[in-house]
Amino acid sequence: MTQDAWLTAEVAGPKKASLITKPEIADAMIRRAKRPVFIVGSIAAEIDLEEKKLIDYVIAMAKRCKIQVVATGNTNNEFLKRGFTPDAVMPAVDIGNRLTDHTWQGVDGKGPHDLAIFAGLPYQMAWTILSGLKNFAPNLKTISLDNVYQPNASWSFSNISIKTWIMNLEAILGNREG
Amino acid sequence: MGTKEINISIKEIETEIGNIKDLRFSVGRLAQETWDEPQGPTPFPSMTALRNWDLTLLNRYKPFYLPFCDLCCLCTFGKCDLTGDKKGACGITMPGQQSRIVLLAACIGAATHTSHARELVTHLIEEFGSDTRLDPGGLNIKVEAPITRLVCGMKPETLGDLETVLDYSEQQITSLLACTHTGQEGNPLDLESKVLHTGMIDHLSMEVADIAQVSAYDLPKADPNAPLVDIGFGSVDTTKPVILVIGHNVPPSVEIMDYMQDNELTGDIEVTGICCTGIDMTRYSPKAKIIGPISWQIRYIRSGIPDIIVVDEQCIRTDVLDEARVLKIPVIATSGKNCLGLTDRTGDPPDEIIDDLVSGTIDGALILDPEKVGVVAVKTAMEIAPRRKKDKKGIFLSHEEAIELAKQCTQCRECRRACPNDMHISDAIKAFSREDPAMLAEIYDSCVGCIRCESACSEEIPIHSLIVAAGEDTLRNEAFRLRAGRGAIQDIEIRQVGGPIVLGEIPGIVAFVGCANYPKGGNELAEMAIEFANRRFITCTSGCAAMTIGMYKNEDGKSPYEIYPGNFEAGAIVNVGSCVSNAHISGAAVKIASIFARRNLRGNYAEIADYVYNRVGAVGVAWGAMSQKAASIAAGFWRLGIPVIVGPHGTKYRRMLLGRADHDEDWYVEDARTNEKVYVGPVPEHLFISVETKEEAMVMIAKLSMRPNDTSRGRALKLTHYIDLHRRLLGSMPTDIHRFVRMEADIPITMKEDIVAILQEKDWKETVIPDPTLIPKKEVVQ
Ligand code: SF4
Ligand code: SF4
Ligand code: SF4
Repeated sequence: MTQDAWLTAEVAGPKKASLITKPEIADAMIRRAKRPVFIVGSIAAEIDLEEKKLIDYVIAMAKRCKIQVVATGNTNNEFLKRGFTPDAVMPAVDIGNRLTDHTWQGVDGKGPHDLAIFAGLPYQMAWTILSGLKNFAPNLKTISLDNVYQPNASWSFSNISIKTWIMNLEAILGNREG
Repeated sequence: MGTKEINISIKEIETEIGNIKDLRFSVGRLAQETWDEPQGPTPFPSMTALRNWDLTLLNRYKPFYLPFCDLCCLCTFGKCDLTGDKKGACGITMPGQQSRIVLLAACIGAATHTSHARELVTHLIEEFGSDTRLDPGGLNIKVEAPITRLVCGMKPETLGDLETVLDYSEQQITSLLACTHTGQEGNPLDLESKVLHTGMIDHLSMEVADIAQVSAYDLPKADPNAPLVDIGFGSVDTTKPVILVIGHNVPPSVEIMDYMQDNELTGDIEVTGICCTGIDMTRYSPKAKIIGPISWQIRYIRSGIPDIIVVDEQCIRTDVLDEARVLKIPVIATSGKNCLGLTDRTGDPPDEIIDDLVSGTIDGALILDPEKVGVVAVKTAMEIAPRRKKDKKGIFLSHEEAIELAKQCTQCRECRRACPNDMHISDAIKAFSREDPAMLAEIYDSCVGCIRCESACSEEIPIHSLIVAAGEDTLRNEAFRLRAGRGAIQDIEIRQVGGPIVLGEIPGIVAFVGCANYPKGGNELAEMAIEFANRRFITCTSGCAAMTIGMYKNEDGKSPYEIYPGNFEAGAIVNVGSCVSNAHISGAAVKIASIFARRNLRGNYAEIADYVYNRVGAVGVAWGAMSQKAASIAAGFWRLGIPVIVGPHGTKYRRMLLGRADHDEDWYVEDARTNEKVYVGPVPEHLFISVETKEEAMVMIAKLSMRPNDTSRGRALKLTHYIDLHRRLLGSMPTDIHRFVRMEADIPITMKEDIVAILQEKDWKETVIPDPTLIPKKEVVQ
């Protein structure tokens, strides 16, 4: 199955993300990861998913699956408003850069991360950072949880509707069947 | 260095024009008898002369590559797939390729400024003579060309002297470009060193261009009280004939204004400008008006208001002729670099060209003689304006027309997928078709005017025109005041602020520069400038950024330039001028080293850059950086050790230069007093970083303004700004404060309790404030 980049011109190279065709895929990846990290951008608090925002799903997932969270941009504010304290606050390119360093011991200093989950960054910023990771972080898997195709991730949703997106996120959380 | 000095002396020569006696001339570098400063180690540095300095910086700020394309298609071996650790047929790696493309972009930028400078200087020499004295600031400026002194080790005094500088720039750019050839430089760090060299050359050429035009055209000479001029669509009197000039190279505009002046037409015609030509026109005559940055091209042309369009060079829409043709607006191209496919009419009598333009026999003409452009543009505008009256409404749509067009939308969302800012265009169009213009009007505020959405629309809906129709009230009310570009910074201003800056008591110099590819509209930039002026930073600006800051009003209807002074001092907003005036910002940093600290500038690049890097808390912000020129301008700041922040689109420059705050070993300097290595913390933490939001940018500006040399008082002040902004905009205390506190006296008193708690938790240890340098003593060439 193929998919085009959400912004039509952002065509990737020969190596493209596999599609998350059902929520079990993302769920399995997250469960299998030993040291996952969430990278959450400013748009996460803007995107309406019916009554919730994307950031609410992130918080629920981070809690349930014990994923460390890096807030980029000014997302920290939004987390704190919801009573959730991220593990780190840093620019998206800074965390991206550190993830390419296999000696970096991760946000909590306990060892390198093996999975980075991206959500809520501006599309092209996520695109370019994921490209950096695709090329320079061979030991790291990446997932894009946005509802648009991110060709440089290891795994990404295709360009899906808000409704399908909610269904997938709920299913990953185990709240609903996929 | 390859610049040769050839002295020729001929006693007597028989020529066709007669017998010439005692002819002497010299080509190349000029003798500098009038300047007694000793020559430094690197006058006219070659590509490798400053490599050690570059590698010192690059060792701290390693590239983080963000490949924007995984392939290389620069030669017929390719396309080559470079993904991961693959190599191209020539052996190049992905990091090498990314640095190579960055170098290519920087070369394009530097070549553009250098060529601009060359054309300007050649023209000014023809018009005013090679011996015309350089005078960028009257009696207030003795260090008239700090970058030229620093890089070339020469003190230019006349327009003619600038040719020597440009000879050098051109040689360097040619060699730098050659490095990008297949099978040439492939080592990423060597390529990055060359990027820095290109940036340095760029600032040199920008300085040449600006001091040449300031001197010859008598633009404001380092004048903090340069006049306030009009900016904005709504400031144009549309009842008069209107000339629009777009671009960067000002001679054709000057000739237009001179012709009007000589023929007493100044009050009868509106001369309006978009992009840097607009800025430089208002420096020449405060009667000229600026419409806005480059993103205003389509909306202004489509308004039908301009009666003639004159384009010079750089950042002009390449489809300007197509857009103008729709409304029968004639176009004059004036630069050999941008001929638009038009017939060259330079040799024809003006009246013939005017007749052809007015009658519509031709769409436009290429005229490579600025003086002739002046006559033709003015006379054509006057003759054509009365006939075009009915077209003056242009293709601006009425609300009803726009709504009808919106109804044709099939909601395919291709427009949104083409929009660089991923704006919700289709949703807005749907709402608009139901007579709710609010969403579309909101898009107007963030739209960069690229019309990619229109190209994508299969229903051929003129989407941008719909957006403008929804935002029409905003557009028509765009009338603001901007302080005309002042040019250089006076020596006395440097003397006054040098101490407080170097000691950290003025929290920093922040320069908002560059293009208008903003992620969420221009207001964010103006808000940042105001915030930092209020925090008593010296806030500088230039080019499209300077315009954007001006296009903002407070509750009293005043623009920032009407509120903040234009002096180079704490709490000011200083518009230096157009893109090429950026050299005055880097020049000011260099002048602090020379005038305040009395370091020798002459041919002494590495020592001065080391000084600026360790002591001058300057930060560049190119929030909407788009062009290759922005890339080379940034690179020129980096080589001086001045960090640059770009907006979220900036990751598309393909690599960042990031420090690792967590690597303590990276942040040692040598204490020049003791020769000991001292940990100074990650200051400044990054050299080139793209950030996501305005809030993050503001915190980053405050953070990157810290320097090892800050006194405790200065550091406490800088920390206050950093912590305050972090708390307010990001919601919490920063967790890295322990890296910036060197001793208890650095702790801001009002935050003492909180900070001491953090320091204890982080096992903080006191250190000293050194006399910081990155250049070990043995390397300093005496
Ligand atoms: S013209 Fe405006 S709305 Fe259209 S694609 Fe460009 S930025 Fe987006
Ligand atoms: S591309 Fe045209 S038809 Fe499609 S959603 Fe946009 S405006 Fe409507
Ligand atoms: S990437 Fe830049 S230069 Fe290339 S087509 Fe787009 S706007 Fe033009």
